[in-house]
Amino acid sequence: MPAKSLRTLSIATVAVMALALALVFFYAPLEAEQGFLQKIFYVHVPLAIVALCGFVVGGLFAIQYLRTRDPRWDLRSYVTIHMSLIFAVGTLISGSIWAKGSWGHWWVWSEPTLVSFLIVFLLYATYQPLRFAIEDPERQARYAAVFAITAGAFVPMNFIAVRLSTAYLHPRVLGSTSNLPPQMALTFLVSLVAIALLFATLCSYELLAKRTRWQLRALRRRLADEYPLSAPRRGRSAAPAHYEVSA
Amino acid sequence: MSARPVPLRRTTAGSSAAPAESAPAGTTPAESTPGTSAPDPLRARAAPSLVRTVAALLRKELLVELRTLESVPGMSLFAVTVFVVFHFALNKNAVNGDEAAGILWVTLLLAAVLGINRLFVADAEEGGFDGFLLAPVDRSALLLAKALALLIYLVVLELVAVPAFALLLLEPSLGPALPGLPVVLLLGDLGVAAIGTLVAALAVRTRARDLLGPLLALPLLVPIVIGAARASAPLLTLGHTHGPPLRWLATLAVYDLIFGLIAYAVFDFLLED
Repeated sequence: MPAKSLRTLSIATVAVMALALALVFFYAPLEAEQGFLQKIFYVHVPLAIVALCGFVVGGLFAIQYLRTRDPRWDLRSYVTIHMSLIFAVGTLISGSIWAKGSWGHWWVWSEPTLVSFLIVFLLYATYQPLRFAIEDPERQARYAAVFAITAGAFVPMNFIAVRLSTAYLHPRVLGSTSNLPPQMALTFLVSLVAIALLFATLCSYELLAKRTRWQLRALRRRLADEYPLSAPRRGRSAAPAHYEVSA
Repeated sequence: MSARPVPLRRTTAGSSAAPAESAPAGTTPAESTPGTSAPDPLRARAAPSLVRTVAALLRKELLVELRTLESVPGMSLFAVTVFVVFHFALNKNAVNGDEAAGILWVTLLLAAVLGINRLFVADAEEGGFDGFLLAPVDRSALLLAKALALLIYLVVLELVAVPAFALLLLEPSLGPALPGLPVVLLLGDLGVAAIGTLVAALAVRTRARDLLGPLLALPLLVPIVIGAARASAPLLTLGHTHGPPLRWLATLAVYDLIFGLIAYAVFDFLLED
């Protein structure tokens, strides 16, 4: 992504985030039962939705990588999954805080969203160990793509299975916006857009940083032993550890 | 022990390559297409001799296991040991219901992970992958053969582990559960075999395969645990009257089917070098 549109994206993200926070604190009404605590809903649920979508999109990018064998798709897949993993940690922490506030326990097994997220998180936590345990950059990208596709398909199935196993569904507003009062629904939607924009911005920055690093490394190498400029593609991996290995 | 690897390597590479090389001679026009057509990564190529290839690979797999006895005896012994560990850890002489189903499935899964970890090790170390890749056959054959071999290992494991469980820990007698329990076990095994083969192939050529195999396998197996444990819990309850809940059997079957298809779709990409 060129620097100019990245700047536009960043400004839009900051603006929408500010709007979302303003709506959450000054516009959305206090919920009757939970009061102020319910406002974590505007962070927790968008984080969960964006992380989930990110995992699935990472799988789609991986399919695209296996189709084209273009390392850029592998990089996109890696960055998307990496960022989703961070958002999933945010989901787990915010969900845990919410559970502590409303039920008095940090962990509640009866909440399928939280439990599913833990399983998905545990699975994706092995993505980077798997990647970095493979030396060859081409095989690393290929195996990571196979993992991303498998895990991306696993995400919705896991949610269905965990939801089936839980006796009662989510007790509150979660899940659909149809039963929310319109003010809450609007706030929720703006928060969702804000978190999604935040995700896109962070992904763009990471992609740009990684590409810049590739170019910098290529230039350094050319400077050092007069390599042709076409050489930089040797290091295809998104793995920072790999740079040191192959450079 | 030290004399074994040499003949074993010949079996591994030889029998996987031999049927493949003789196969194209019989049916040349159809057989030659997988090699010559442009590779389409997302479409599994159909080879006419798939059944023969799978049969040859499966025979090799079982022969190697019979000669080395590396996986199944270890898995069975491990399962029985885990039952003993559960007895002391829970401080209980007999279990039933949810508890029994949980102990049985955790034990079976841990034993299965042992088998999954060993599934491709011989191929990676003794050149079985190279021998297979040199053969002009459908790569999915290896997935099918390995999954079938793992399925057979699991069935043998359960033939030992389930009676041992009934003897050591289970409070109600096994008899009334018998019509339903094998169905649940088999549906669970199918899923474990599909996921296990895929995960084993993913992990085997990494630096930390012993660590990555279980780490990758267990989260993917959680839905199987949910389905299988819920389906077998009523069967292992004292004085149960009806069979396994159909809802859970259906969940298991759907999960098996979906993961079988996913494994079939992505497995080829693991075998390119």
